[in-house]
Amino acid sequence: MRLSELAVKVPSIVREVESLGDNDVIARRLRDLGFVAGEPLVIVASAPMGGDPLLVQIGFTRFALRRSEAARVRVERADV
Amino acid sequence: MSDAATIDNELRLALVGNPNCGKTALFNQLTGGRQKVANYAGVTIERKEGFYTSPSGRSVRVLDLPGTYSMDAASPDEAITRDVCKGLHASEPLPDLIVCVADATNLRLHLRFALELRALGRPMVLALNMMDAAKRRGIVIDTIELERQLGFPVIETIAVRQGGSVDLVQRIDNLKLTVPEHAGKGGSLHAQVREMLSSAVTMPRLTAQIDDTLDRWLLHPVFGLIALAAVMFLIFQAVFSWATPIMDLIDTGTTALGVWVGNVLPAGLLNSLIVDGIIAGLGGVIVFLPQILMLFLFILALEESGYLPRAAFLLDRLMLSAGLTGRSFIPLLSSFACAIPGIMAARSIQDSRDRLTTILVAPLMTCSARLPIYTLLIAAFIPRNTVAGIFNLQGVVLFVLYAAGIVSALAVAYVIKRVRKDTTEHALMMELPSYRMPHPRDVLIGLYERAMIFLRRVGGIIFTMTVLLWFLSTFPGAPEGSTDPAINYSIAGTLGHWLSYIFAPIGFNWQISIALVPGMAAREVVVSSLATVYALSGNAENLGAIVASQWSLATALSLLAWFVFAPQCISTLAIIKRETNSWRYVWITLGYLFGLAYLASLLTYQISKALGA
Repeated sequence: MRLSELAVKVPSIVREVESLGDNDVIARRLRDLGFVAGEPLVIVASAPMGGDPLLVQIGFTRFALRRSEAARVRVERADV
Repeated sequence: MSDAATIDNELRLALVGNPNCGKTALFNQLTGGRQKVANYAGVTIERKEGFYTSPSGRSVRVLDLPGTYSMDAASPDEAITRDVCKGLHASEPLPDLIVCVADATNLRLHLRFALELRALGRPMVLALNMMDAAKRRGIVIDTIELERQLGFPVIETIAVRQGGSVDLVQRIDNLKLTVPEHAGKGGSLHAQVREMLSSAVTMPRLTAQIDDTLDRWLLHPVFGLIALAAVMFLIFQAVFSWATPIMDLIDTGTTALGVWVGNVLPAGLLNSLIVDGIIAGLGGVIVFLPQILMLFLFILALEESGYLPRAAFLLDRLMLSAGLTGRSFIPLLSSFACAIPGIMAARSIQDSRDRLTTILVAPLMTCSARLPIYTLLIAAFIPRNTVAGIFNLQGVVLFVLYAAGIVSALAVAYVIKRVRKDTTEHALMMELPSYRMPHPRDVLIGLYERAMIFLRRVGGIIFTMTVLLWFLSTFPGAPEGSTDPAINYSIAGTLGHWLSYIFAPIGFNWQISIALVPGMAAREVVVSSLATVYALSGNAENLGAIVASQWSLATALSLLAWFVFAPQCISTLAIIKRETNSWRYVWITLGYLFGLAYLASLLTYQISKALGA
């Protein structure tokens, strides 16, 4: 499942960040920000218009990610 | 400072850290008011340097590097930090000591960056900042264990508390500059951070309770937007009306000074130069300060409190559809009061392309300087009819003028995105930091910096142009025995007569064309210039009667359409030059705005004439 498909408040775990193309700055930055395999995360909220961007809690930090950015992150639910 | 020994002995620190680590607050505390703000050569990225003297009497130079998440730089700001830390920057020497600043409440993110810095193999220390917030949240950090694992000194700091960096200053003073142990340690940085956190840090909760509660309300789809509207209303109100009394005071003050000087000095050219050129020019610069300070008081306080990124979060989708970003909203809203503070506020946009687009469309927001001319023309030409039972036709026209500005700004932003053929994704990936009480010291220092940037670098251009326009409107003087107003015979008058050929298709007569030349200084000047051309004593009510009797409705509508777009404001162009560091964007703005203005007026004039107006 992709982070962009995840429902709000469902605790999940990062599997990997996929790069789009050879030089995907956004994917590299996501990994630097802590989106690495095994890291727990949860979507805390989504913005009023079209539910985009998403507010993602990972580690001790909250990041606003556009859905296109969140689509790079593969996740799995923590409770299954 | 002059003897070579002191200079040789000088210590160069670089403050490095993630955004929101409290780095600038620490910088302010270390250096107090002893700061110099400039730009890095060739770019508009702020270079902040300060000084302090250590307890042992050594002079210390502190460079506040742009906040960055990673040495793998994703923006020009981050590239500066990377280059300086690696000693690759063309004009910055390699710092003697890297002071990595980390937020004690956000160590998972900030320690990873510290490890990245450690791999550079340069002398460094970690300033464990915001220890007060960490203690309040019950976070316990074993600094000795952390120091052992990191292999370089760890010092607790509280940048917002008096004396909160004493330990840091002491420790740096007695430090032997050595390469950190474990600098060569490889492997996953994330894994190392996890290990350190599990052995040295106890964290009762991932986030602060207060943040969760505030975010639940402030990011709520309904309450969040209501709160945002309230904040925006407050800012708009403050910039638009609270600043007005002070601006009026400055206006009255400069006018009074002008009258006084005018009476003291013998009549003649020198008198006119000082009164109408220099004093009016200086007044024209200072008059912007209240709005700029008022707006930045709010922006700095909101930025420091952590709310600004939340506002951007709420509005990102809306702004993105027009090719902008959520961060563009506040600069654009501010531009309704005045484009100058609005364009300066665009600094809070990290993506340089988004920032540039915001700057380019900001002049399309209907600023308050357009109101005098709108009011004059609407009162003179638009009847007070009631439309659809409840609306006043005059009010409807004013609304249409504002709406035209907004719609065209969105359209231009969209076109810029297309023209640039920019298919790469503009990243948002924005951290929403913990809520914090803004510290008065940091807000005041920020305000002072903004005021200085404006006065020093923009004031000069505005002042010079005002004096130049005085010159154009004064020379050559009227010949003996002439009856027309003197401006008619000046260079501005001649220019206006030429311009009237170009402006004939859009319905402007030569009087309007002349008034537009000195009106380049600022839009509201057009009203007084029209009064001068029509040989009036600047009485707007009489002017209204005269234009109502002499102009056709088509001309009046065309002039209204002109003012929606025309870049008649030297100050705006000056601030664009300053903020983009390029004349190219000044010319682009000037060109596209004049083009749109001419096109809009042409359509308005020809269509209304065809309809018999």
